[in-house]
Amino acid sequence: MAEDGPTPLERFLRGILPENPVYRQLLGMCPTLAVTNGMREAMTMAGAVTFVLLCANILISLIRHLLKPHLRILVFTLTIAAFVTIADRFLAAFLPEMSQKLGPYVPLIIVNCIIICRCEVCASKQSLPAAVGDAVGQSIGFALALASIATVREVLGSGSWFGLELLPESIWPRWGIMLLPPGAFLTLGLLLGGANRLSSWRSAKRAPQTSQG
Amino acid sequence: MEHLAELILIAVGAAVITNFVLTYFVGICPFIGVSRRVDMAFGMGCAVTFVISIAALLSWTVTWFILRQGAPLTTWIVRSVTGDASARPDLTILSYIVYIFVIASSVQLVEMYVRKFHPPLYKSFGVYLPLITTNCAILFACLKILSYVTDPKELWGLDKALVLAIFGGVGFTMAIVIMAGIREELDHCDVPKSLRGAAITLIVAGILAMAFMGFAGVDASLHDAMLPAKAPAATQPAESQKTAEARAPGPLALRQTDRQR
Repeated sequence: MAEDGPTPLERFLRGILPENPVYRQLLGMCPTLAVTNGMREAMTMAGAVTFVLLCANILISLIRHLLKPHLRILVFTLTIAAFVTIADRFLAAFLPEMSQKLGPYVPLIIVNCIIICRCEVCASKQSLPAAVGDAVGQSIGFALALASIATVREVLGSGSWFGLELLPESIWPRWGIMLLPPGAFLTLGLLLGGANRLSSWRSAKRAPQTSQG
Repeated sequence: MEHLAELILIAVGAAVITNFVLTYFVGICPFIGVSRRVDMAFGMGCAVTFVISIAALLSWTVTWFILRQGAPLTTWIVRSVTGDASARPDLTILSYIVYIFVIASSVQLVEMYVRKFHPPLYKSFGVYLPLITTNCAILFACLKILSYVTDPKELWGLDKALVLAIFGGVGFTMAIVIMAGIREELDHCDVPKSLRGAAITLIVAGILAMAFMGFAGVDASLHDAMLPAKAPAATQPAESQKTAEARAPGPLALRQTDRQR
C-alpha cells in the first residue's frame, strides 16, 4: 500500500508548506488563535502537538490492521487522549508556569483536528516510516504557522520576541489589542489572505511554464 | 435568591462576556465551516447546545461521583477493598479519556435521534454532525466544569455546571448566527480575491470579537446590582470599618486645614 502512496520524504516535505496544516488545510484553529500571544507559549504548544502527533501516528500505524472501520475514530481519539494526558502531566511537572498559562488548551489538543486528520488520512493507511515522516512534516508546518502568527502578535503587541525586548516603548507604542482575542482573528485573517495571494501568484507564474513545457 | 443571582452571573458570563468562540477560540472549525447560511448555522448551534448540555450532565456526574479526589463511589470501593479507612483515591488523571468517551457517545446518541426524527435536518448537517465530537467547545465546557468541581473553594453543583454548559452553547449559537448573517451580506460585496473564504471570515470575526469586548465589566456591575443584600450581610464588618477609615481622614483633614487657617 505504501508503494503507490508518496514516499516518507515527500510526505515530510509536503507537510511543511504545500499542505501546511494551518494555512492550506485550515486545521487546528483553536490553538493557532489562542496561544499565539507570545512566542514561548506558541513554541511550547507546538512541542506538545509534535509529541502527541508523532506518538499517535506511530501507534495508529502499528495497529492499523486491527482497526475496525466504525470504531476507527473512537480508537484515534482515545489514543490521542492518552498521549495528551502524558504531555499535560509532563508540562505540569516541569514547566508549571507555562502549563498554567496554556490552561485548557493543552487538553484541547485531544480534539485538535490536525492530529485526527493525520491519523485518518495517513497513519491508518500507511506504513510506519511514512507515518513518521508525515507526523514530523505536519508538526514542523504547524510550528512554522504558529511562529509566524506569534511573531506578528508579540512584536506588535508587546514589542518583544521570545520575551526579549526588540522595540522600546518610546519608539513603539504597544498595540494592546494584538494580545487580545480580536488581534488573533485579525492577524490570522490577514496572514491567511497573504498566503492565498502568494500561492495564487506562484501558481500563476508556474502555469505558463508548464504549458510551454 | 443569592444562588439564583450566581446562576445568572454564570449564564451571562458564559454567553456574552467570555463567549466561547470569540474569547476562548473554541469551536472555530464549525464557526468558519458552517456559517454560510443562517438556517444551517442556527441548526448547528442548536445541535452543539444540545450535545454540550448532555455532555456536561454526564461529565459532571462522572466527575462528582467517580473522578474527583475523595469522590463517594471510588472512595467506598477502595476503602472496602483495601480496608484502609483514610484512603482518598484521585482519578482526575483519567478525566480527559473519560470526557472524550462521554462526548463521543452523546454525539452518537444525538446523531441517531436526528436521523430518526428529523431526516431533512440530518441531511443538511452532512459531515458536520459527527464532527461535533471533535468540537473543542464541548470538551472545553467539560474541562471548565472539571476545574470548578475539583476546586475546593467552588465545588460546583450540577445546576451551575448545566447553566454554564447551556449558556455556553447559547453564546456559540449567537456568535455563529451573527457570523452567518454577516456572511450572507458579504456575498454581495466585492472582497479582494485572496481574502475570500476563511480569511475574510476571520477578519470579520476579529471585528465581532472587538464588539463583544464591550461586554467586559458587565458581570461586575450585574454582580453589584443583583447582590445588594449580600454585600452588606457578608462583608458588613469589613465594609463599615473601611467606610469609617475612609471617612476618618476627611474630617481630620478638614480640622487640620481649619487649624492651619
